[in-house]
Amino acid sequence: MSTAAAAPGSNYLTNGSSVSSWLLTKDHKRIALLYLLSVTFFFFIGGIFALLIRLELLTPQGDLLQADTYNKVFTMHGQVMVFFFLIPVVPAVLGNFLVPIMIGAKDLAFPRINLLSWYLYIVAGILMLWTLALGGVDTGWTFYTPLSSQFSRTNVVMAAVAVFINGFSSIFTGLNFIVTIHRMRAPGMTWNRLPLFIWAHYATSVIMVLGTPVIAITLLLVGFERMFHLGIFDPALGGDPLLFQHLFWFYSHPAVYIMILPSMGIVSELIACFSRKRIFGYSAVALSSIGIAVIGFLVWAHHMFVAGISLYAALVFSFLTYFVGVPSAIKVFNWTATMYKGAVTLTTPMIYAIGFLGLFTIGGLTGLFLAALGLDVHVTDTYFVVAHFHYVMVGGVVMAYLGGIHFWWPKITGRMYPEFWGKLSAMIGFVGFNLTFFPQFIVGYLGMPRRYWMYAPEFQVWNVLSTAGATVLAVGYLMPLVYLTWSLRYGPVVGDNPWGAVGLEWMTTSPPPTENFLEPPVVTWEAYDYEHIKEVPVAY
Amino acid sequence: MLKYFPLWPDQASNFAGSVDGLYIFLVLVSIAMFVLIGAASITFAVVYRRREGVEATPIEGSTILELIWSVIPFIVFMIIFGWGATIYFDERTPPRDAVEMYAVAKQWMWKFEHPEGQREINELHVPMGRNIKIIMTSQDVIHSLYFPAFRIKQDVLPGRYTTLWFNATQVGEFHLFCAEYCGTQHSNMIGKIVVMQPAEYELWLNGGNNGRTSLVGTGQKLFTELGCSTCHKSDVQGRGPVLAGVFGKQQLLQDGRLVKVDEDYVRESILNPQAKIVSGFQPIMPTFQGQVSEEQLVSLVAYVKSLKAEGQPSNVAQAQPQQVK
Ligand SMILES: [Cu+2]
Ligand SMILES: [Cu+2]
Repeated sequence: MSTAAAAPGSNYLTNGSSVSSWLLTKDHKRIALLYLLSVTFFFFIGGIFALLIRLELLTPQGDLLQADTYNKVFTMHGQVMVFFFLIPVVPAVLGNFLVPIMIGAKDLAFPRINLLSWYLYIVAGILMLWTLALGGVDTGWTFYTPLSSQFSRTNVVMAAVAVFINGFSSIFTGLNFIVTIHRMRAPGMTWNRLPLFIWAHYATSVIMVLGTPVIAITLLLVGFERMFHLGIFDPALGGDPLLFQHLFWFYSHPAVYIMILPSMGIVSELIACFSRKRIFGYSAVALSSIGIAVIGFLVWAHHMFVAGISLYAALVFSFLTYFVGVPSAIKVFNWTATMYKGAVTLTTPMIYAIGFLGLFTIGGLTGLFLAALGLDVHVTDTYFVVAHFHYVMVGGVVMAYLGGIHFWWPKITGRMYPEFWGKLSAMIGFVGFNLTFFPQFIVGYLGMPRRYWMYAPEFQVWNVLSTAGATVLAVGYLMPLVYLTWSLRYGPVVGDNPWGAVGLEWMTTSPPPTENFLEPPVVTWEAYDYEHIKEVPVAY
Repeated sequence: MLKYFPLWPDQASNFAGSVDGLYIFLVLVSIAMFVLIGAASITFAVVYRRREGVEATPIEGSTILELIWSVIPFIVFMIIFGWGATIYFDERTPPRDAVEMYAVAKQWMWKFEHPEGQREINELHVPMGRNIKIIMTSQDVIHSLYFPAFRIKQDVLPGRYTTLWFNATQVGEFHLFCAEYCGTQHSNMIGKIVVMQPAEYELWLNGGNNGRTSLVGTGQKLFTELGCSTCHKSDVQGRGPVLAGVFGKQQLLQDGRLVKVDEDYVRESILNPQAKIVSGFQPIMPTFQGQVSEEQLVSLVAYVKSLKAEGQPSNVAQAQPQQVK
């Protein structure tokens, strides 16, 4: 690989243009772009399902879709968005691109495995689309048994296999990051000099490696029960339906942190850069990522307070859930405090970061409602839960991801996006998001259960508002697609460090050369050393 | 305004007030927190906006602040935890005097049975001001019985019983929803709960009731028909244990374990008799799996429950509508 990069002015994008130079690349940056295209594709597939859901729910009757179709639509919306967008989006795109560069490495530790991860993702994705073409699945993304293992008449096994294979993509990515961060840091890049983006990805990777095998095995067991009638989860066969829920949430609760932690890493980078300050309480923010990863494994049954677990189990899981709230709160306070006495510029990435702060705060606070046992009994399985996890997982993750994409866009492509359109789409996205999901808290408290194709008439007004908001939100998500694509060709060419940001990724060219740095970097400064960077940013 | 933009479901049970109280507290805490974070970040973004020639002031962090904003939220969290747990404890502890009704869920229908033998589908009539306990099971997948106006919900599982209780405080008709996704017609697995004045409820129970057998009575009949009574005799020790008075007691098993005789244990002993053999007996009872429906099981359970120990009369005879208390 190193031969081609010798040409002056050559970078990872220009280093080979054949199809095989992309599809067989071992360059983490090219693999990141492969992921960028594929997760964007799945985001819009999932988005189409979301719009179908919102359209159906405009009226209380089930009129646009059939009941079965509606059930398949929300199932596929969940499965595509969770497994094929939210889980890979930040680690596989921005993480893949940035983890090696930020620590001063030439590539990830296992470039071939990195490519394999992408292929596994694609195979899983094709299987998922094939499942869709064969009529879809109607179990909900949660695959609850015995509905999924015995009663559903759809292609449950194929969807489960897709998620199973996709899990390995996730495991390999996590493994790659862990080894890379341990073994490939540049001289001088000590643990407490790591950017918080790296800390967040480290914590995420640990969850991916430890948690994902559990969901993989669980779905395998669902398949076995479905195909061979082994009694695992269905009591009619001698199984235990709650066992499935325990196993499923043992992964799927930590999976929330697989989704949100990398986004928190992005937000730390953005807020530091656009306040031109070291992040307030660096070690508290770094350790809180690890804290979230560890405690996140101890709270799974908070999804099961009305599922039939014992009173005392519920007490313990509620109690532990509040412990995971503390590190999240610490992060929010530290981000806010970072702006204090800073030199704040409200660029597009910063607006996204502040938007994240707002939406994540609402998402986190409503988590307190759901962890409160007596109240959860009323609001669980209603739209309150739907609103809550969309605030965290969509509000949080997508806001941060888009912020990150704008921030590193000049690094990735060598060109700047149009700032006006960026700011506009960030604000439209924020407003649209709140319009879509805030009404769902209210209709949830009113008692509207989730996954309802028809609903009581008094819930309509909030559903209409939500659907109206969804169209605004869709505009906010479509705009970046348009102007970012536009900027690939027409955006102004930028220098190595358009934001005047600190971090190794800004010390190499834009776009970086194939081996990331022309000379191996040596780190002699702390993370976010904005005190000592006197360069005047030119881009803003 | 509220008519068109409803924010609250009706408050129609003993739990509604306390759940709403905690909800309002949390809404206030959330508003305070959100305003704090929002105001701080907007203020900082404006006051400390980047200006020509003005550098950011480097600040490392502050251990004291970190402590403050970990400990204060934690204390608030513990208040919420305690408050939520107290309500939950109540919700999960049915009073002893509660009237026991049964529910059997199936795709996609709710079947209810009153102790007096009155059966209903997708509708449940209850008296106001009485403690009502519903013992539930499912014939197929997991469902969840949800009364938003009562702020109460409980999943209904196949293969075992779960319970839910409430005390309705307002006369009227309220929603009854299935809250756990259960397949095609999940959103159609709905109905209403009708809360009546106790006197009207008695009238309703007796309406058209000429010689309806009570739930326990049905169970007793089944008990004989299925031949249970040949081994489980009521007075002398047969080949199986005497069932009078066992319900609610601790039972010593052959393998030395102690189990509580509850609804689930009775159910299991009928369907899978070999699972937990009572100490001193032979594992000779045949299984009734596939021979009795969930509704028949419910009546058998109710019958076993009604059997009082020697000296006490069986309360079969008492389970007439008039005596419901
Ligand atoms: Cu969770
Ligand atoms: Cu249902």
